[in-house]
Amino acid sequence: MRKRFQVNALVVLSVTLALTFCEFHVHAAEMNWKSFQDQFSPPEIQGFLELRAGCRTQEDSQQKDISVMETRLQAELFTYTDWAEFKYKGDVWADAVTEKGDYDTREIWFFSRPSDFLDVKIGRQVLTWGTGDLVFLNDLFPKDWQSYFIGRDKEYLKAPSDAAKVSYFTDLANIDVVYTPKFDPDRFITGEYISYWDPEQKRLVGRDERISTDTPDRWFQDDEIAARIYRNINNYELAVYGYRGFWKRPGGQTPDGVGIFPDLNVYGASLRGQVGPGIGNIESAYYQSADDEGGSDPLINNSEMRYLIGYTQDLAKDFNTSLQYYIEQMLNYREYKKHLAGGNARDRFRQVITLQLTKLLMNQNLELHLSSYYSPSDRDAYLRPNIHYKYTDKITMEAGANIFTGKEPHTFFGQFENNTNIYVAVRYSF
Amino acid sequence: MKTGIFAVVFSLVVGTGFAEDLSTVPTADEIVRKANHVSLYQGVDSKGTVTMTITDRQGRVRKRQFNMLRRDDDQSDHDQKYFVLFQSPADVRKMVFMVHKHADLKKDDDRWLYMPSLDLVKRIAASDKRTSFVGSDFLYEDISGRSPDEDKHELIRTTDHHYILKNIPENPESVEFEYYIVHVDKKTFMPMKMQFFKTGDRLYRVIESTKLEGIQAEENGKQVIYPTVTESVARDLENGSATKVVFSNIRYNVGLSGKLFTERYLRRPPRDAMR
Repeated sequence: MRKRFQVNALVVLSVTLALTFCEFHVHAAEMNWKSFQDQFSPPEIQGFLELRAGCRTQEDSQQKDISVMETRLQAELFTYTDWAEFKYKGDVWADAVTEKGDYDTREIWFFSRPSDFLDVKIGRQVLTWGTGDLVFLNDLFPKDWQSYFIGRDKEYLKAPSDAAKVSYFTDLANIDVVYTPKFDPDRFITGEYISYWDPEQKRLVGRDERISTDTPDRWFQDDEIAARIYRNINNYELAVYGYRGFWKRPGGQTPDGVGIFPDLNVYGASLRGQVGPGIGNIESAYYQSADDEGGSDPLINNSEMRYLIGYTQDLAKDFNTSLQYYIEQMLNYREYKKHLAGGNARDRFRQVITLQLTKLLMNQNLELHLSSYYSPSDRDAYLRPNIHYKYTDKITMEAGANIFTGKEPHTFFGQFENNTNIYVAVRYSF
Repeated sequence: MKTGIFAVVFSLVVGTGFAEDLSTVPTADEIVRKANHVSLYQGVDSKGTVTMTITDRQGRVRKRQFNMLRRDDDQSDHDQKYFVLFQSPADVRKMVFMVHKHADLKKDDDRWLYMPSLDLVKRIAASDKRTSFVGSDFLYEDISGRSPDEDKHELIRTTDHHYILKNIPENPESVEFEYYIVHVDKKTFMPMKMQFFKTGDRLYRVIESTKLEGIQAEENGKQVIYPTVTESVARDLENGSATKVVFSNIRYNVGLSGKLFTERYLRRPPRDAMR
């Protein structure tokens, strides 16, 4: 469970580091407040105020009728010196679903380019890599599916990491290493906002029976490390990836039914570039479930191979389409079937087709967008239509829906059927 | 003929291009080649701040501001790289748009968009260059330039101050116009006015350079003055909207490294783009 209102130790560490670095650059004798202040560019302050409201379109006995109802203020502060950049971005909101006031630091980091071949970014930051369009294989940075499913802005699909990112650039290839000293899990479906299928009880559960988990949380022991080596060859972007950490949402459970995050190693590669009139991408990843390599433990996720192939193209003026085919393959399927203690068996191959359509109208001030996920193997689907209108440069309005449908109540998208919702939002930016 | 009056700012003129002997009239292709150079390829690199004011038929005003870097791959007036860091409005603030422009007609430009709130590097399909740039009345092609090889050029008239050229697309299906007329300044070879016509000689789109200034810069250790468009207006006569673009803080031959136009700087913009 995410701890709120807590200034993370890493954040303190990074600020301390930054300040130490700062002092380093100011001659000790001249060190006074004025000269310290003079190093910084005039701070840039931005943000927005947003109202967002949405409701379920059908009865869900496990949840309230409202799916999202919040007033949110986001503020951002940025400044830089000759040798570093600093950013803070935080959200505070009143949430009618949880009936609480809430706060989340989205970003607080310092960035420096100490040499021609080195970049360093330390602190709370949003991190993304990989080639998938809203499908993530080698990107093991935390996601917030809950926010996505209730119709918050797309920005919230990515949850921040408390991490240090070191990038090393050479003529041969570039290397990114991200070290997260304490495991940052996904903000997964807990039942708080979205009801889900509980395979133990074989029924849908919601906010009264929130998932209980045992999250690895020891500093510098339950850590994560992710690396990417990439190179651009004639603008074909080639990358290999590695990750050592944990399944990002509960990938197993104890015999008492407490969700756990078993060890996970991931190795993968991707390629992206121009193909015909559009952009093609392929990516694959081997998910090694390190706590159950043989696949015989029914309480821990099987190892998997994941594959993605995608293509995006403009079909007409201001009309973009993106089509992807995604496969999750269980690697020890026979063992899995043999040890499955009742319940519904997964398919060996879970397949998902994603289609995204974006049309811009009225001088690009009106955007019609549809994200859709359809799984022929699970026979379920998720549709995310959205209309976004820039009324002025400062005021935007938005309406959309999250539509879940499935043949069975236990599949990935099918379990969320009762959470199908519509929402509207208005945002004032400053 | 290129249509990139907009991009004019990010180029520098070769001194010798100025002193054209007015008694000898150059050929259409010569004029086009020089105009293409002056409006897009002056010097090795350039930077500046661009402010766009878009006014629609109902008088509603929207503004976009961004800093732009440009660097030529070589001196052949062909491939270039562009780096655009958005300042406003709020929804695009700090987004970065990067282009590796290929002059070869058979090769599409490579385009990337970086969205900071998601830390996402998006690759953008670049097939249609004749779509609006950030909702303005300028098209992508007005910014990165229309290749001279795309059109047949004909010098139809010469006035006291201008060469007037008619440009007919080689591949009419690829564009929405039938032809366009360009007024090229005789002294600087700067395109000063472009009028786009549809079938039946129907004028529907006009781009005018409304302010031309000399920008001082250094080239191979020598001080030179580059004629530069610092204000330009594009009008869409069909939907009644107009976009005024003002260029400021223009500098040439800054010494931008080719490395700035890579994923490293896409994710964290260089200081040259920030101020």
